[in-house]
Amino acid sequence: MALGVKSRRVLARLLQAVPTIFGILVVCFLLTRALPGDPAAYFAGDMADEASIEQVRKNLGLDQPMPMQFVTYVGDLLQGDLGVAISTGQTVAQELAKRLPASLELTLAALLLSLVIAIPLGVLAATRPNSWVDHLCRFLVTAGVSLPTFFTGLALLYVFYYLLGWAPPPMGRLDMMFLAPETVTGFYTIDSLIAGDWALFKASLAQMALPVITLALFTLAPIARMTRAAMLQTLASDYVRTARAAGLSSRRVLIDYAFRNALLPVVTTLGMVFSFVLGANVLVEKVFAWPGIGSFAVEALVVSDYAAVQGFVLSMALLFVSLNLLIDLIYTLIDPRVSEEE
Amino acid sequence: MNVPLLDVQRLSVDFNTRKGVIRAIDSVSLSVAKGETLGIVGESGSGKSVTSYAVMKILDRAGKITSGKIIYGGMALQKIPESDMRDIRGREISMIFQNPRAALNPIRKIGQQVADVLIQHNQATRAEARGKAIEMLQAVKIADAEKRFDAYPFELSGGMCQRVVIAIALACKPQLLIADEPTTGLDVTTQKAVMDLIVELTARFNMSTILITHDLGLAAAYCDRLMVMEKGRVVEQNPSTVLFQSPQKEYTRQLLQATPRRDSNVRDLLPKELLDKTDPLPESSPPGPPLLTVSHLKKSFGKPGSENHHLAVRDLSFSIRQGESLGLVGESGCGKSTTSAMVMRLLDTTEGQIEFLGEDIARIPASQFSSHPLRGKLQMVFQDPTDSLNPRWSAERSIEDPLIHLAKDLGKAERKARVLELASLVGLPHNLLGRYPHQLSGGQKARVGIARAVALNPQLLILDEPTAALDVSVQAVVLNLLEDLKHQLGMSYLFISHDLNVVRLLCDRIIVMQKGQIVEEGNARLIMDQPKTDYTQSLLAAIPHPPTGEISTA
Repeated sequence: MALGVKSRRVLARLLQAVPTIFGILVVCFLLTRALPGDPAAYFAGDMADEASIEQVRKNLGLDQPMPMQFVTYVGDLLQGDLGVAISTGQTVAQELAKRLPASLELTLAALLLSLVIAIPLGVLAATRPNSWVDHLCRFLVTAGVSLPTFFTGLALLYVFYYLLGWAPPPMGRLDMMFLAPETVTGFYTIDSLIAGDWALFKASLAQMALPVITLALFTLAPIARMTRAAMLQTLASDYVRTARAAGLSSRRVLIDYAFRNALLPVVTTLGMVFSFVLGANVLVEKVFAWPGIGSFAVEALVVSDYAAVQGFVLSMALLFVSLNLLIDLIYTLIDPRVSEEE
Repeated sequence: MNVPLLDVQRLSVDFNTRKGVIRAIDSVSLSVAKGETLGIVGESGSGKSVTSYAVMKILDRAGKITSGKIIYGGMALQKIPESDMRDIRGREISMIFQNPRAALNPIRKIGQQVADVLIQHNQATRAEARGKAIEMLQAVKIADAEKRFDAYPFELSGGMCQRVVIAIALACKPQLLIADEPTTGLDVTTQKAVMDLIVELTARFNMSTILITHDLGLAAAYCDRLMVMEKGRVVEQNPSTVLFQSPQKEYTRQLLQATPRRDSNVRDLLPKELLDKTDPLPESSPPGPPLLTVSHLKKSFGKPGSENHHLAVRDLSFSIRQGESLGLVGESGCGKSTTSAMVMRLLDTTEGQIEFLGEDIARIPASQFSSHPLRGKLQMVFQDPTDSLNPRWSAERSIEDPLIHLAKDLGKAERKARVLELASLVGLPHNLLGRYPHQLSGGQKARVGIARAVALNPQLLILDEPTAALDVSVQAVVLNLLEDLKHQLGMSYLFISHDLNVVRLLCDRIIVMQKGQIVEEGNARLIMDQPKTDYTQSLLAAIPHPPTGEISTA
């Protein structure tokens, strides 16, 4: 094979993910079936009689035995067919394509914001123990961990929308005055910049501000905490002592010797934090009426919309697999010892 | 003497700890002339490292210079700001450390780490840094330096890493090098290579050196002048030959006495007061029938045929008789630890027999041996007395542990009585039994480890570098204890060490191992005096010897 060592490793990692994803499919399939409630009766409507409920059941394919249903599901899936979300009437693939960017825009913006704050904060707190930066760090970490997102979301709304009137009403991704930009990435902020529409960019940013801050407060805590702890450890290490004894500038000691080594646990934490945020998304999207994937999943779950729930779980699973792969790759970039191990 | 290069006057350093302020060094004065080598010798806690950190001003946050002067080339270092101090570190005074592997940034190329220093002190521009760093790596005799520039510390051996640390320290040709235990943890031959390199380079660059070590032999072999420290104070300062031949202070005399020499026996190491309280060495009885017979032992790691397949032990045969002590000597990687782990049944063999008390224990899988009746007859004392004790168990609980597992017929009260008996046997005061490892000294922890090992009256004790982590004065006491216990309990020892002088004190016979094979085997004294193979000769030659001559005991 002409493949390089790196690309072969990436391929192997992807293959490892196949059984994981299949397992997720099975579990998710069984769990949705174990939910209480009969989707056929729900979708047939309040006035339906036995015969029409049976008809709906047949249309949904729910009269088949379970193994048959699973085979049909996997077969459709392999052809790229995720089924139809009965609650909205659109295909699941369409729904996901529309809503996933909304959720991702929120999540990534929140992660970026918390990284920009948490990492410098953690580094400063570690270099100056018991200073005001350290106390600020401790305060933010405690607050971030102990305040639930729906509470911070509501509190921020109360202060900045209701009392001060600085924030726009929590009504989704854009104020009703605006039209969505032409879809390129699906992220309104980026698409509006591509279209060169400054007013639109500002409007979408304004809509995002509060939910992003809410999520960022939540993700900031573990990242800042881990950065501080990892920095304290590397700063006390023998190689930092060697670097100091060799007279290296404090910037070089801090960045190339302490921080790069401290990054390893921080990157690991980042992967975990990303999965927390996706969970927290559901609540934040509800509070801010954000048309994301989280609110879609909750609605689908309430009415036992099997195809929609399964589509949601599958997309999440794929997201996690690619995220973990990305983190492994970053790891090999930072730490030469990792690539040596195989 | 003209103006010294470094002149430290009445320097004191305090550490803020949870228990209050602790004075780490108390009014220490020393001076180093241009081109001179000063040795600072002391046991752990003597303040020798703190002194050097204070000179470099790289003390921990908790440490503070409270009084005294550090004058280097006319500058008062204790007064100058941190930014100026940074220019002095690495360019004027630099330092090398113990544990070279940890002293290098694990995720930065070694050449880059050398280049960092060159660039920092304006000795090279970014463009020429690589070339100059490679020159420096060549100067410390790293083969194939061009290629090694891109290596990471984990790809190099400990000795190689120490060469890189030396390259970093000497890159800017400083005037003074402080070497803090530079060879602790390295093999004797590597130690000699590293020390010779330091001597060669410091002579070439006309540098002064401060060598900090706990090893008097090493200090004497390489230093012009020695300074002995104890508990943060200077005990004595004298030229090496004077200090060795006529030590002025009692503490110096004890240290000298406790350092094993070629001709000393185990009782010679003890200070006079202790010696008076100890019985003379018992006559050694002729060894009995074979207790352990190892034949054609092999161990390989990795899949056969694959790239990383390697034979750690290849065809090893030896035997130990009842009441005999056998020393297993060799450098790291020679297979001595693998051998002991197989004899101890912690590791499965690839091939060969291990006959112990008439039974081939190699056939018992390692996973099942822990509950085997013979397990009680075979015990081990480990290298690190701290790490080999459970930190959450009291000394009593640790000693009791083997009794709980393997002497099931003993009742609770009988077990307690046995623990007290064992504590008396190893000289551990009974009031210390309730303490946890962190509340005990190194020597006390070593005693707990020994008491635990002899609890079940074993016939064979495997001693894996049992004194390597101890100070010499404590080592002297522990070695005597082991010698006495052997006679008292009629045990045999398999003593594993890289320190030939220590092995000789306890062992009747020695096996020298290299690359998984026996190179030489025979009577301990004969091997030490007339080694037959080149390898053994090189091992012996690498041991630093203190200047010969009687220590005056007056």
